[in-house]
Amino acid sequence: MNILNILQEIEKVDGEVYERLSPRRKAMNEFFGFGKKVAIASLPFALGSMFKKAYSQSSADIEGVLQFALTLEYLEAEFYTRAVGTSGLIPAGAATGAITTIRDHENQHVAFLKTTIQSLGKTPVSKPTFDFSAGNGSMAGPFADVFRNYDTFLAVAQTFEDTGVRAYKGQAPALLGTGGVLTAALNIHSVEARHASHIRQMRKARGANVKPWITGKETGIGAAVQASYDGEELETQAGIKITNINGQNISVAAATESFDEPLTKAQILAIVDPFIV
Amino acid sequence: MANLTKTDEQGLLKDQKDFLSATLHRRSFLQYAGAGAAGIALVAAGCKKDRMIEGVYLGSGDIGILNYAYALEQLEAAFYLQVATSFYSGATDAEKLLLSDIRDHEVAHREFFKNALGTMAIPALEVDFSTINFGSRDSVLATAKAFEDLGVSAYNGAGALIKDAGYLTLAGKIVSVEARHAALIRDLISNGSFANSEVIDSNGLDKSRLPMEVLGIAGTYIKTKINASDLPTS
Repeated sequence: MNILNILQEIEKVDGEVYERLSPRRKAMNEFFGFGKKVAIASLPFALGSMFKKAYSQSSADIEGVLQFALTLEYLEAEFYTRAVGTSGLIPAGAATGAITTIRDHENQHVAFLKTTIQSLGKTPVSKPTFDFSAGNGSMAGPFADVFRNYDTFLAVAQTFEDTGVRAYKGQAPALLGTGGVLTAALNIHSVEARHASHIRQMRKARGANVKPWITGKETGIGAAVQASYDGEELETQAGIKITNINGQNISVAAATESFDEPLTKAQILAIVDPFIV
Repeated sequence: MANLTKTDEQGLLKDQKDFLSATLHRRSFLQYAGAGAAGIALVAAGCKKDRMIEGVYLGSGDIGILNYAYALEQLEAAFYLQVATSFYSGATDAEKLLLSDIRDHEVAHREFFKNALGTMAIPALEVDFSTINFGSRDSVLATAKAFEDLGVSAYNGAGALIKDAGYLTLAGKIVSVEARHAALIRDLISNGSFANSEVIDSNGLDKSRLPMEVLGIAGTYIKTKINASDLPTS
């Protein structure tokens, strides 16, 4: 998304957005003049501060979603940053290139969310201490060799990406009516899905029985991450059975692959709990 | 959500495009006429241009957005059905399996929208794939990439236009699958391009596009005229 367009987009939903943001249209025009000159990095700040003034009633809800998202992005960003920084873990070449790309996106998401939260006048939650073994601080959980064993690393990466997709999807309804904030969240959501697809193909190339999409509630990893996949086996959407729909040859596997499922905040927090000290 | 569970009746009928178009012409006319003098002037202008009220009418509000998604899924499904009918030369077994999976997903999406919309569903659209060389890997994958990236940006852009939380969640359930497709197709073309700077900006955000832009791009491949004039723009 071009973030420069967010206000114009909001204007289409809420014709009075400028009046909400400032009683003087001229001031808004000045803002646009300013916005086009500043670096894209400072736009989340401008965006958030304007929302703070304009939609103060819902800003607490918006903040809640953004803080939750930030916690998950901290998890992913530190995970990939440590992995790329661990010599000998990721093979040189395409693999390192891909993981570096993903690391950069996660760090960009952290920065974007922090700045947006700050511009709401709120303090971003601080980064937790992580235990990527999923050992709740013991560093001896089921993935104890996560930074020594490349396959373990990829398995945890897959879980994080697929879980991230479900987390953003679950929060979308809470952002209904927020215009640009919802769009930004959706624009992160699809990036996480692109990451998931690629990580799954990396695992496939290493012999794992996975596809870029999620089949049934199969983890391709094991029981330790089952909660991240439970519910993905859904064959019915909005009361409509997808398997063999209208006489089409749609298998159960294809029906479940065709739709990714959301998780609630509580479900996500339970999933990531072992990774947070 | 009531509309979503209605059984599909009209959608099962074939060859009713002319009937529907005629009905929809009148509906559009009445909507514009109802807007008063300014509206009538608009209709007059629109009739001359033959654009404002011609074509398959998507509808307004959330129904309009769902029909818009249905149109895009029809396009994608038709494309992959043709791809999988006769794979491009040199297609590996792995590629055939992946492309067949994607075909099934897109058909599932298409049929889902058809049933969800029931009597509100637009008819089957006629596609135009004359610019695609289905025997060529490069041509097929380049088109697939364009369709998948377009689909992701379309759903991303449509999210904020949706009023109903249930529909928003449904769009979310589909867009991440489209993003998985997009990444895979991109990797088939060039490994590692799953989320490169063509589609992801410096904030780590994917693209979003509004319906008019999406339909402008997709129009190359859709022969049937589409009337999106009442879709929400915000």
